[in-house]
Formats: sequence, C-alpha cells, structure tokens
Amino acid sequence: MKLTKLAAFAATTALCAPAAIAEEMANEMTLVSWGGAYQSSQIKAYVEPYLEMHPEVKVTWDESSAEAVAKLRAMNEAGNVTWDLVDVVASDSMRLCDEGLAVEIDPAADLAAAPDGTSAEDDFGDLLVSECFVPQIVYSTTFGYRTDLVGDTAPTSVCDVFDLAAYPGKRALQKRPIDNMEWALFCDGVAKEDIYDTLGTDEGVSKALAKLDTIKDQVVWWTAGAETPQLLADGEVVMGSTFNGRLFSAIAEQNQPIGMLWDMQSFDLDGWIVPEGLPADRKARVMDFLKFATDTQRLADQAKFISYGPARASSAPLVGKHAELGIDMAPHMPTDPANATNVHIYDYEWWADNRDDLNAKFEAWLAK
Amino acid sequence: MSDMTETAGPVLAADGTPLKRSLARALRQQKLRALFLIAPLLLFILISFILPVVDMLYRSVQNGIVSKTLPNTVVALADWDATTGELPEEAVYAALAVDLKAAAEQKIHTKVGTRLNYENPGMSSLFRKTGRKAKKFDLETGGPWKETLIDINKGWGEHDNWRTLQTYSPPITSGYFLNAVDMRVGTDGPEMRPEDEQIYMKLLGRTLWMSMAITSCCILLAYPVAWLLANLPARKANLLMILVLLPFWTSLLVRTSAWKILLQQQGVINDILVYIGLVADDSRLVIINNQFGTITAMTHILLPFMILPMYSVMQTINPSYLRAAKSLGATDWTAFWRVYFPQTVPGIGAGSILVFILAIGYYITPALVGGTKGTFISNQIAFHISTSLNWGLASALGAILLAVVLVLYWAYDKIVGIDNVKLG
Repeated sequence: MKLTKLAAFAATTALCAPAAIAEEMANEMTLVSWGGAYQSSQIKAYVEPYLEMHPEVKVTWDESSAEAVAKLRAMNEAGNVTWDLVDVVASDSMRLCDEGLAVEIDPAADLAAAPDGTSAEDDFGDLLVSECFVPQIVYSTTFGYRTDLVGDTAPTSVCDVFDLAAYPGKRALQKRPIDNMEWALFCDGVAKEDIYDTLGTDEGVSKALAKLDTIKDQVVWWTAGAETPQLLADGEVVMGSTFNGRLFSAIAEQNQPIGMLWDMQSFDLDGWIVPEGLPADRKARVMDFLKFATDTQRLADQAKFISYGPARASSAPLVGKHAELGIDMAPHMPTDPANATNVHIYDYEWWADNRDDLNAKFEAWLAK
Repeated sequence: MSDMTETAGPVLAADGTPLKRSLARALRQQKLRALFLIAPLLLFILISFILPVVDMLYRSVQNGIVSKTLPNTVVALADWDATTGELPEEAVYAALAVDLKAAAEQKIHTKVGTRLNYENPGMSSLFRKTGRKAKKFDLETGGPWKETLIDINKGWGEHDNWRTLQTYSPPITSGYFLNAVDMRVGTDGPEMRPEDEQIYMKLLGRTLWMSMAITSCCILLAYPVAWLLANLPARKANLLMILVLLPFWTSLLVRTSAWKILLQQQGVINDILVYIGLVADDSRLVIINNQFGTITAMTHILLPFMILPMYSVMQTINPSYLRAAKSLGATDWTAFWRVYFPQTVPGIGAGSILVFILAIGYYITPALVGGTKGTFISNQIAFHISTSLNWGLASALGAILLAVVLVLYWAYDKIVGIDNVKLG
C-alpha cells in the first residue's frame, strides 16, 4: 500500500517535473558587454525596463566582450559557464557557433515578430549572419579627422587617408588586416566588387601591403576603440579610423573639433549569443530576456542613446532624438542614406577562412 | 678503541637495534614531518601552477581532434600517397561522408575546420558549408561520394586540402612548434615559411635584446638610488623608500598611460622641449610607439625590482671596509671598485634575474607604448590566446619562451653562480 502510494507519487512528480522545470526561471543573469557608452545604452534601452517588469531579477555585468571567445572557450573546457548572455561582434559569433560554444537560435520561436506581423527572420533579414547570432545594432568602422588640422579642404574620400601630400600628419588605424587591406586595395584602384577576389591571391596581398607601406611611417596602430578619439583630441593624429559611435560622442557630447568621413565606411554587426551548456532555469530566463531585448521598440530605443543603427528593419522608422542631447539621431546613423553613399560590405565568410593566414602576413609586415 | 668496535659488530642503540638503522628511522621520521608540513603548499603549487602549465604545454603538440572527429577518413587516408598528385579514391570520400554526417549531427565538424584552417586557409568554410548538407546524407543509397562531395564544395577536389588533412591526422603534431619557429610542414618535410610570414624568431630575438637593454638600464639607474637608500640617515632613507615603493601601489595601466601622455608627440616632454627651443615645432621627437617607448616605460615599471634587492644587499655591507681600504691608501675609485662593488654583485644578480624574467614575459606595456617595432613575443602569445584562438601555437611559443628562460638561467648559474644571488 505504502509502496504503491510512493510509486504513484513518484510517477506524478516525474510527469509534472518537466513542465514545472520549464516554467522555472533563474533570478540572476550575467550579461557580458563592452562597457562604456555602448553598455549604458543597453542598460537604459532594455535592461532597466526589463528589471522594472521583473523586479525579482538581478543582473550582473561583465565587461569582457573583447576577449569573450577565448574566455567562453576556457569556461566551456572547465565545464563551468558563468555567463548567460554575451554581446559579441558578428565574426566572433560565427567562431563561437563553429566551436559549438553558442546555442543555435530559432528566429521564429525565440525572437519577437515585428509589430506589423513581419516574422523576426524577415525583419532582421540578411543580418542573421550566423545560426547563433541575434544582431542588435549596425555599426561602422570609419574615419574621423581634425577639422582644424586638415587645412581648407576637408577630406572627402577614404583615399585621402593614403594621401600624405594633401594631408600630412599621423593617422590612426586599427592593428589588424580587416578593413585596412580592403581600403588599401580600393585606393590602389581595385573595383569594390573585386576586392576580395584580389585579396585572395598572393599578389593582391602584396599589393595591399605595398599601398599601406606608403603611409606606414605615419600610422599609429590602435587596439581599443577609445584610442582614436583620444589621439584626435590630443592632436596626435590628423585622422583615424574607429567605430562611428565613438566619433559621435567625441563630436556631439564632447564638442571636439572632429569631422566625420563616411566614405567607404565598413559595416559590421554587434549582437547577442547565448552560451552553450546553461542549466535549464538560467537558459529559460535568458531566452525570456533576449526576446524582450531584441524586439522592435527596444532596438529603436537603444538608438536614443548611441549612434548605432538598429538591426531590425521595423525599428528604423521609430528612431527619434537623442535622449539627453535632444538632437535628431537619424543623420548620425551609419545607415542614413546621406552617410551610406559609398559603403564597404565586410565579407564574414571570407575573413573566417583567411583571417589566420592574413594575420600572419600582416603581423610579419608590421614587424618589418 | 676503533679496533674494539669493529670486532664487536655493528654499534647498537640503547634499545638494542643497530645504530645505523635507528638513525635512518629517526631521519625518515624527520623527513616525513617536514614533508607533512610543506604538503599544503606543495599541493597548492602542484594543482594551481604545475598542472596547468603542463596542460598548456601539452596543447602545443596535441592534435587528437582530427582523428577523433574523422576516424574513418583518417584510416582510409593512411594509404593515400600525396606525392602522386592524384585525388584519393572513392573509398576515402565514402569514409569522409560517414564521418561528416556523424560530426555534423554532433555539431563538431566546424571545430576540425577551424583547426585545419590554421594550416590551410579555406578549410574552415569547407567544413562549415559541407556540414550543412552532410546532415542530410543518406549513407545507404547516396553516392558516389567523390562526385557528391566535390559537387557540394569544390574544395574536396583540391589536392592541397587532402594533403593538409593527411599531414595533420596523427594525434600528435609538430606543426605548432614548426609554426612557432617560422617553419611549416611542406611536401617533403619541414621547410621555412615564405619570407613574408616569418615573424616569431625575429620577435624572440627582439624580446631578448630589449629585455637585456631594460635590465641594463635598470642596473644603471637603480645602483645610485640603492646606494643612497642604504647610506642616508634613516629618516631621509625612509622618505626615499616610500618614493621607490609608490609606483608599486599604482596600477600598471595608470603608469603606462602616464607614459603615453608624457612621451607622445603632443605630449608633455615634447611640449617642454619645443617651449625652451631645443626642438622645432614641426620636428617633434618620436619617442613613443617604438622601442624607445617600450624601454623607457618598462625600465620605470621594473625599477623597484632592481632597487630593492640591491638595497638589501648594500645595507649589510659594513662601512668600515671602505674606510679600511681608504686608510690603506686606496683612492675613492679603487675603494669602490675593488672593495665595495664586488660585495654588491649578489644584489645586482638577484635584481637582474628578477627584472629580466619579468621583462621577457611582459605584454601590456609593450602593447600600449611599443607601436609595431617595440612589441614582444608575449604580445603574439596573448594575440593567439585571446584573438586568433590558436592555443596550440600560443603554447608552443610559450614553451619556447620557457625553454629560453631556463637556458639563460642555467647559463647564469654557470657563469655567476646561483648561490651568489642574495635578496638580503
């Protein structure tokens, strides 16, 4: 009698358990992002609103996105993943997906549809570059110049970066082959659509490096996005590449004498991935948050705090004025038609294949 | 007397056991007790230091991923002769189809792609793209696999990809170490990489000479300071000591950034030089983002590690030796060079080893102020750990750096003698 009761009890709990666990959500979340103005735009646009709806949830931030891939790999090997949601650039999300360190996302089930009913998949469109990636923003790597140090004619073309005669002085470039090689080839006369085909050959690589050689003495190589605005503010360089949001805050928030050069800006994406191997309750919480944080309104809200374009097509019309400065944000977006007349589209797949090889060549060239 | 003991057999302890055995037992007990006392520390070092280092070093040769993910292909490919220049046979392709289907279902095919892409660009997307289709392979009725696979991605029809797959199929590889010394596995054995890819040997050489330059600068700057510290009256010496230790309590990043502000072309030093007219405004000195910047900033950061051992050694030198030398007719220089200096050598030795070994592994400061000519091999190690994710190459580079340090340590022991090093 006792035994049957016990068995019946066990059977009911066993039956109910999966349903109960699926409802269960952890009340703690560790979010990983880049720090600075970008992270605070995320806090204001969707983390704070989410916490208002769910006061029981506690959020911890870790500003480790720059080395997220290496750290996630180490956590995964140690069998102890402490992060719940990680903000990474698109190319890193591809690597995390390749390494099996990120969960595949099903846009239909995991992401919210647009208010007009367009499915998430169509709303994000081509920006879903990897099965594991939920894009938030479109940013670009582009050039800023000191308006008071470039003489009477401000630079209008990316090739002015390579023109030491017209614009003498130092330039800041990112210490990596990506973007720099493409700009070099473009300014060496290679047509935009042929850039990657050219770069795929040894002659193409030599050609790009030879073009970069012409300005090598005058380049300050940066690794952190904050360096270029600082170098520009100090007058240490006359022009330099960095993320457009960094230049926006130097210009609009700090009133530095800096101008934007949008020509051949290189589009890139930033977004979320969910690490593989989370316990069910933590994963349930994070998926709940992810759905909220990447819906149409939230992504549009983010653009009130930073000049990065929302990744959803349906968010674009909702972009308004800067929350604190009150200026219209649309003209500062990399995706604004006036800024996007000549855009460089970065080829993720190509770089995933060639980045190790080109890095070796680029580093060897740098050390020469 | 001695004759008597010899004839009387072994010496006995009070309890009748032979003294030798009794002594051995007492000593063993002592040793066990000592071992017991240091056991927590030993365990701690073993678990938190030695095991991770060994694990990291093992990665520099480990290559199990290929044979684990593609077991059938590796076996089938063993008989293939790459030198004929022909593609493998249908059996190999069939084995690959089986392996890829299994790997794609477990989502591990892309890991192999990433691994092989380090050796041959293009393998990453070859595996990623093929994996998408491989899940739907029908192993019973599908085929012929050679055509199917080449149809999916023409990469499977390229001889070079197959050669890479064969070369890197054994579970242990020398590939990472070869890469770390600017070599690679060519068609007939190891060969040098093309000139435009050679970098690590150059960086290692640069790391060594710059670390030596930094150590020398530290010796020159630290010696007078340590001497002052040891010979000033206590109150002044204490104040000076605080000044020496102050940088220790400041974050490394803050100190390095401070050097940036000082050294850059629109920085404090250049501004002063321009202001007093030593340098023209349009030809400001380039003293950062090059080797000068790295040497300056690192000398400053590592200086306390040189001053402190020197100071503690100098403090123990009896001032009466110098006075005795002088009263015997030595000049100031002779008294210093023949009497004082030799006694400070153990302090210089200890400081030099500390500074040199710290310098050789530095990467934050060189990355921030070194530009392209002033970076170290550790910057490449950091790059491969956190950015390119080629941990095998990073640990091969680390192993080489470790070996270099051990060799230099051994050489130091032979030339100066490690017993001659004193921290106080």
